[in-house]
Amino acid sequence: MKRRQFIQKSTAATVLAGVGGLSLQSFDSSKITKITILHTNDVHSHIDPFGPDDGRNANKGGVARRATLVESIRQENPNTLLLDAGDIFQGTPYFNYYGGELEFKLMSMLKYDLATIGNHDFDNGIDGLYAQIPHADFEFVSANYDFSNTVMDTHVKPYKILIKDGIKIGVFGLGIKLEGLVDKKMYKETVYHDPIEKAQDMSRILKEEEKCDLVICLSHIGYNYKNKPNKVSDLKLARATKDIDLIIGGHTHTFLPKPTIEKNSVGKNVLVNQVGCYGLYLGKVDFYFNSGKNIKADGASIVV
Amino acid sequence: MTIKHTLKLCFLLLLFTCSSSQVSKIEGKRINIDETLEPNKEVEDFIKPYREHVNADMDNIISYALDTYSKSDGELNTAIGNLMADAVYDEGNEVFLKKTSEHIDFVLLNHGGIRAIISQGNITTRTAYEVMPFENSVVVVAMKGNKVNEMMDYLAKAKRAHPISKQLQLTLTVDDKIKSATVLGEPIDPKKTYYVATNDYLYNGGDGMTFFQPNEGLTILDYKIRNVLIDNFKKTDTLNPKIDNRFIKLKF
Repeated sequence: MKRRQFIQKSTAATVLAGVGGLSLQSFDSSKITKITILHTNDVHSHIDPFGPDDGRNANKGGVARRATLVESIRQENPNTLLLDAGDIFQGTPYFNYYGGELEFKLMSMLKYDLATIGNHDFDNGIDGLYAQIPHADFEFVSANYDFSNTVMDTHVKPYKILIKDGIKIGVFGLGIKLEGLVDKKMYKETVYHDPIEKAQDMSRILKEEEKCDLVICLSHIGYNYKNKPNKVSDLKLARATKDIDLIIGGHTHTFLPKPTIEKNSVGKNVLVNQVGCYGLYLGKVDFYFNSGKNIKADGASIVV
Repeated sequence: MTIKHTLKLCFLLLLFTCSSSQVSKIEGKRINIDETLEPNKEVEDFIKPYREHVNADMDNIISYALDTYSKSDGELNTAIGNLMADAVYDEGNEVFLKKTSEHIDFVLLNHGGIRAIISQGNITTRTAYEVMPFENSVVVVAMKGNKVNEMMDYLAKAKRAHPISKQLQLTLTVDDKIKSATVLGEPIDPKKTYYVATNDYLYNGGDGMTFFQPNEGLTILDYKIRNVLIDNFKKTDTLNPKIDNRFIKLKF
């Protein structure tokens, strides 16, 4: 496997030596915090594993198995977030029968932290999505869908900040253009805004104003469109923005064996990941933080 | 507090504000969800009653498929697409006739709307849910022949096997121009009104199908495509759809 390593060029926090006899735990150079980001996308109501006779995905997937895996990772590292990049709904009779109730209840049992809204999450109309909100113990983020004139108003935030062991993690959501993809009767007065402009706003707010240590974009705009070079995608987003550390994608059902490393608008690394669809895989990205000291901001080693 | 102490504190505060958490290492991987993972019992027990209820409905056998049919088998028309479009014609026409005393002229669906293959062997209600998980319903659009011609231009340009029913015949030249377009063997008359059955998603411009608007009138059949399939499968002992000549491109 091809490995790209970016070795950090920083020195230890020797600066503290000048302070004299005081010693503070938080300034200890050995303090490393590991933040684990787990993610799914486009699960499409695939609650049960695929059957043994399935032509492509025999015996793969299944929410109850995912629960076991997530639990074991959380036991190993309590500083874990579980995120979903949209299209939770539609694809098995569970959705036709229960309208997404079971999907949201199970995601709540697995203690998902956040999800963004995919185009298929409008499949029972925006009212159908709203009706399932009481079953979700997790929250929704979308920065470029304006729900002000819909029932979803106040139920979707542009971003959310989560703090794990002192590490401030900002997560914002992005959704795909609905016009031509979803029936207007379904999304009603939901207003779509340009994802790149919104992402630039969000990363500025989260990095500069909120001083987040980690900025994550939860995106349902799609990984890359080879035949439509002008269509906005996660790769374009990564290149056109700054201060985003990780883009978790969805929509295109792209099976990435490992995260893609892109350069952002100021030449820094951004990770873009997507784990296909139907809950066949769980994505896992670990960020190791050295906290409580002045470190140059250039470069972490990336092992993918 | 002495001045020295105050200075020390200030320095510390300054340090504290400047200090940040910096990423030193990132590791990324994906983990398989497969049979090596023991299902979580609490989650499994929670799903069980939902599963039993759904499965009781889903697993009844309603027909039999002679072969496996996929939307990727065929260039401009596929056996599975032909099956679906013809089913919408047969089932939809009955309902439309009762409602309006008119006949449907032909059906247009979209290739992307076929969401699964039909596997050789028993067909259950579940098959219909897999092929058509969406809640879309049949609508019949009254449209002038000139709008039907716009549709033909769209199909010629799209070069995808969008399902059409057998009443429509579209032949493209080797360089993707329309060679002929007929409904029940007759050329499309720009002034005549045609009754075209489709689904509400396409009627509202889905897949870039803008030609349905404006139109001469709309009839909502209140009939889900999936229920069309279920009803049609129940009537058909053995499914044996074929790729035919309804939408083709000449080789030279």
